[in-house]
Amino acid sequence: MAHFTKATSIKDWLNQRLAIDTVEKVMMSEYWIPKNINFLWAMGMVLVITFALLLVSGIFLLMYYVPTTAEAFNSVNYTIMREVDFGWLWRHVHGVAASVVFLIIYIHMFTGIYYGSYKKGREMIWISGMLLFVAFSAEAFSGYMLPWGQMSYWAGMVITNLFAGGSLHADGLVEWIRGDYVPAQAFLGRFFMLHVLLIPLAIMGLIGLHFGALRVPHVNNQDGEEIDFDAEAKKYLDGDKAGSKVMRFANDFMAKDMMVVGVYLVFFFYLVFYNYGFAMDPVNFDPADGLKTPAHIYPEWYFLWSYEILRPFSTDIGLMAFAFAQVIFMMLPFLDRSPNSVPASRRGLFRIWFWALLIDMIALTAMGKLPPEGIFSSIGLYAALIFIALWIALPIITMFEKKV
Amino acid sequence: MKNKEPLILAVVVIFTLVVYYLVEPFAHAQMHKHIEGEGFAYSDLPAVTKTGDAARGQELVMGAGACVGCHSIKVVDMPAPMDAVSSAQAYGVNPPDLSNAGVIFDEKFLTDLIKNPTHALMVEHKYTPESGKMHPMMQFYGAGGDIDQEVADMVAYLKSIAIKPEELTPAIAFENACGRCHSVGYERWTQIGSKPMFKHKKDELAFDIKVIEYQDALTAYMGKLPPDLSMYIRSRGEHFINTFIENPQSHLEGTAMPRVGVTAESAEKVIEYLEDSGDTKRHEREEIGVNVMIYIVIFAIFALLWKKQVWRDLH
Amino acid sequence: MKDNSRRGFMGKAFGAVAGIGAVASLYAMKKSWDPLPSVKAAGFTTLDMSAYAENELVTEKWRGKPVFVLKYTPAMTAKLTETQKNRTIMMNGEAYLVNLGLCTHLGCIPSYNKSEENFLCACHGGMYDISGDVTKAPPPRGLDIPPFKIDGNTLVLGEEGPEYKKMLEDGITLKA
Repeated sequence: MAHFTKATSIKDWLNQRLAIDTVEKVMMSEYWIPKNINFLWAMGMVLVITFALLLVSGIFLLMYYVPTTAEAFNSVNYTIMREVDFGWLWRHVHGVAASVVFLIIYIHMFTGIYYGSYKKGREMIWISGMLLFVAFSAEAFSGYMLPWGQMSYWAGMVITNLFAGGSLHADGLVEWIRGDYVPAQAFLGRFFMLHVLLIPLAIMGLIGLHFGALRVPHVNNQDGEEIDFDAEAKKYLDGDKAGSKVMRFANDFMAKDMMVVGVYLVFFFYLVFYNYGFAMDPVNFDPADGLKTPAHIYPEWYFLWSYEILRPFSTDIGLMAFAFAQVIFMMLPFLDRSPNSVPASRRGLFRIWFWALLIDMIALTAMGKLPPEGIFSSIGLYAALIFIALWIALPIITMFEKKV
Repeated sequence: MKNKEPLILAVVVIFTLVVYYLVEPFAHAQMHKHIEGEGFAYSDLPAVTKTGDAARGQELVMGAGACVGCHSIKVVDMPAPMDAVSSAQAYGVNPPDLSNAGVIFDEKFLTDLIKNPTHALMVEHKYTPESGKMHPMMQFYGAGGDIDQEVADMVAYLKSIAIKPEELTPAIAFENACGRCHSVGYERWTQIGSKPMFKHKKDELAFDIKVIEYQDALTAYMGKLPPDLSMYIRSRGEHFINTFIENPQSHLEGTAMPRVGVTAESAEKVIEYLEDSGDTKRHEREEIGVNVMIYIVIFAIFALLWKKQVWRDLH
Repeated sequence: MKDNSRRGFMGKAFGAVAGIGAVASLYAMKKSWDPLPSVKAAGFTTLDMSAYAENELVTEKWRGKPVFVLKYTPAMTAKLTETQKNRTIMMNGEAYLVNLGLCTHLGCIPSYNKSEENFLCACHGGMYDISGDVTKAPPPRGLDIPPFKIDGNTLVLGEEGPEYKKMLEDGITLKA
């Protein structure tokens, strides 16, 4: 039995049992963050806030949503949107947040790529982050099924068809995934389960892993400078706050985090109330009809680059390219052969590689939305080939990079 | 260490806006051709030249025009010859009550409709001589005098019995102009009228059966059941619906939907009806939106002030 | 020197502003939890009182609960005591029993004995007279009378008319 003394206060009582002071120091007041960072470093907190918005709005949607093919559409568009007080607000928040979270994820990801925050001890942060991207993608896809509109149904049909594996003709697998020959009640029920329970649990676990992976290596900084956190922390605690290269996570960094969050929320709520069409596609306001395909089927914007890599090629090649695209980002720490962990601006060809990748993914995104005809399909093909070429080139470029 | 944040912010904003533009306005413009409406001017229809006399018009509507042979005129206690379901089985659709036809529909349209229904309704492509099909509404061949004067008289009569334009409600406009073909489940509107609340399940089922019988006749007539419009304001949008109502062929060539010939004001009321159905909370959303925006700007300002205070010691 | 008090103030001020947002959100959440308009609308049942036959118990539904409606014969009406009359609803010279069909003991539905003109609850043997007043334990009180409003020939259950309010005041029934 460990030694316990008579408590002097409630705080002391809790401290003896839960070590709250230690936890507070490790997670908040003595978690040292470099000062040399910019507002892009706040994207993590922005993601936490957005995830919280999704969770809370999701809770109120869940109270009234009915997961049957007969009732789903009306439970959302009549009950929640018309009958429930503020139901429309939770739905708008949920739909907009589900789309905007990917904008922030991509900014967060590309910040990491630019500043080399996946290297030198930070590989697990990158990998857990990419796993979070996969989990959020699955969560977004499963959530999109739930209103059971035309886009829900046909996106469900198309994406599950991918699992037939082209020439493999694994139709049995496709039927097993759906629980039926076509997306129907079984399909809706299982994606409801995934969206409401299993994937959120996975996301919360992965967030824990992501934070844990960040704690030891500490946050990166704008110059890729290797900081002696213990020495700088000592300077700070001895009173030289201005001279120290680090600051406390709470409240120093959190104050800046909150400022960025404030600006973000202005942008976010503007979208929620005044410009939400991008997140709630008109096609999904038609009830699902298995006997009528919409004139244009397309995924949500954040899946378009990936979708476009699939499209230009013949079925089997397309599937292989698609699988490549899903996995290749995960391999970044190991494909980058250079020891330099500085911003891309100081990394010669890697700098060009970075901007080329970003612009290429934007091109893929734009083409993914457009009908695959004429110049659009040509640009899409070239962009898909460039994507593959860039990743193949990465080890080569970085192997010959001059040490900074 | 110069502050790179404004440049970084600019880069992020520009790339975001580029992606937004390409994926939303640009892509949607590529997928859907833009039809410019003409504000319900009906420029293809001839201008009205005669001044009508409502009293003579009443004689014609009740007599030689044979309108009341199919159409009810409730406001003057003229009942429908058949119930809705039987009418649909006979004609394909329930002929509209004419009490407010004079205010809901455009004068040029009504004038052309009486003389040449398939032309005014833009369904001539369906009722070709080869098809052997007869449009359920017969054209008026005249009562022996100047047919244009007679038609003008009938239209004048219809306008005289109708409510005033200021009194036109969204429900009256929609139910008359659209409601005999389109149901709006979210407003409890069926093609045979509003669905009442029933105490006994048996009565409710009897009503539902009548609706289905009507819809079967309508489907046979149109080729396909006209869709329920509950969420159409969000799935199609105001611009599409306006230009579609004005000229269905411009968006869906070969469609069986007739041009219904509503005035611009009636179209506005129809849009309002559809918004009440599919975007019911829009007023609340706008009101609360203003308050939330004001609050969140204040929130951001306080966050900024807190940050500045905390960071005074850190620089 | 550091302006600690001002910094502490700004943090608290920001916290207060954030708190206002949190309270507003909690208000919206509370409202989302409220019964839906369609539920509240279904909270009214309209009964056409001219449609009932004498001494034929009809069980209607109000807010998901059974409601006994019994039209008294003239003979039954003549036999009513003062206490019993206070529990009856008079409409157009006719007397009606309108009681919640749930035993006030533990909620079972009593059955009506037409020949003996009383109610028996099979669960624990409780009994009520022709006016729904309790005559045999264990029920603690007579059958509850739902809120009602007389409107011509109809009775609207769920609305509180003056006759119902008087019954509440006189302690004849408890608020349902």
